[in-house]
Amino acid sequence: MNSLVQKYSKSSTAHDDDVLGVHGKWDASLDLAFPTFDIPGAQNPLSFLRNVTDEASSDYKIKIQHGTTTLAFKFQGGIIVAVDSRATMGNYIGSQTVKKVIEINPYLLGTMAGGAADCSYWERELGRRCRLYELTNKERISVAAASKLLANLVLPYKGMGLSMGTMVTGWDKSGPNLYYVDSDGSRIKGDLFSVGSGSTFAYGVLDSGYRNDLTVEEALELGKRSIFHAAHRDAMSGGSVNLYHIHEEGWTYHGNHDVAALFWEYQDLKAEERAAAVGKQ
Amino acid sequence: MSIMEYNGGSVVAMVGKGCVAIASDKRLGQQFMTVSTNFQKIFPASEKTYIGLPGLATDVLTLSERFRFNINMYKMEEERDIEPKTVAHMISSTLYQRRFGPYFVEPVVAGLSKDNTPFICAMDLIGCINFAKDFVVSGTASQNLYGMCESLWEPDLEPEDLFETISQALLNAQDRDALSGWGAVVHIITPDKVITRSLKSRQD
Repeated sequence: MNSLVQKYSKSSTAHDDDVLGVHGKWDASLDLAFPTFDIPGAQNPLSFLRNVTDEASSDYKIKIQHGTTTLAFKFQGGIIVAVDSRATMGNYIGSQTVKKVIEINPYLLGTMAGGAADCSYWERELGRRCRLYELTNKERISVAAASKLLANLVLPYKGMGLSMGTMVTGWDKSGPNLYYVDSDGSRIKGDLFSVGSGSTFAYGVLDSGYRNDLTVEEALELGKRSIFHAAHRDAMSGGSVNLYHIHEEGWTYHGNHDVAALFWEYQDLKAEERAAAVGKQ
Repeated sequence: MSIMEYNGGSVVAMVGKGCVAIASDKRLGQQFMTVSTNFQKIFPASEKTYIGLPGLATDVLTLSERFRFNINMYKMEEERDIEPKTVAHMISSTLYQRRFGPYFVEPVVAGLSKDNTPFICAMDLIGCINFAKDFVVSGTASQNLYGMCESLWEPDLEPEDLFETISQALLNAQDRDALSGWGAVVHIITPDKVITRSLKSRQD
């Protein structure tokens, strides 16, 4: 009887049935504060990773979803953010309905270009850090600080195949702010950026139509048109256009516009304009 | 990137009941940049035979002219229209002539023979002919096209049903391929006429 009591009372106490010896030792603040990743056990992990992540390499193994056009620009009425929604893996179109704008909080937006997983993971991590900042400092994080947080987050992995070209934008105490951050370690403040495989096409339209005194409506249309033309010419961009406007009260979503419908819409518009021009003569 | 994918483009051909169909996209690109959205990839060989040439655009232009020359010479010497099977072997031997420095095209032939028997075939870039009784595919969206054709095609389709089947197969295949699309063209070859239609498609 005594042996029985002893047996069961023993197992009911804490730590005794803790076979792995981890009970009570796990500290969330330590373990979650700095995400860590296993590094390949190769002699030189950097050159190994460069080899398997480089598309031009014969050992190219780690193939990820790619290809994008994103843009953001500052103007009199705040900031416009516009992106396409296609993800490609080589020639194959993996998805036409990707959300490439990441809503970090009601005042901050991040865009996604490059590796889809890299962008979504690290910008989610950025979102968590921004919330943590808010809780400790009792005020919202500035765009400058948020973008630097992201740049510093990915910098240690430089040369290991991370692929991320992002714009961090938002409205803080200092007003509208726009930063370009990438996985090479760049962090650039600016008024107008376009990132991704279709960026050259987008820049062409954007530069020719850009003025600081654009109305909000004109600016939204310019952003949408720039992404549309990039989607048309660039095989790796397409799907639909997602539009955002950032103003003093935070960001406002301005809808999802299918490129297939936009093409015929713009073609009709062009025909009308031409007819009007001929009529004037 | 492979030279076969440098310009992009796809062709598909299908057999119906007493008719055949051949269709292609309209894109001409340079890698991922779209240069033209009205590039011809299907060429007439005779009244009832068409050749589809997806692959490297420079070779598409060279070969389409060379085949036109060969077929015209054949017609003058033989004083009759060329048979689709003969077209296929003419293309095949032309390609094998360049066995060690090939033309980068994977041709498709579709037509009706003199007794109106449907004929389709596809080739690799050095002329290995693949004769098929149902459908053949070629180009950058060929894998996508195989999937669409395997699920949509059925035997003995009438011309209008064949048109619907080949159009849906091509349109849905090219919508999942970055290097094909920007419009499409379909030819339905029947004993008494050829119906050619341009399809409206996504422009991205």
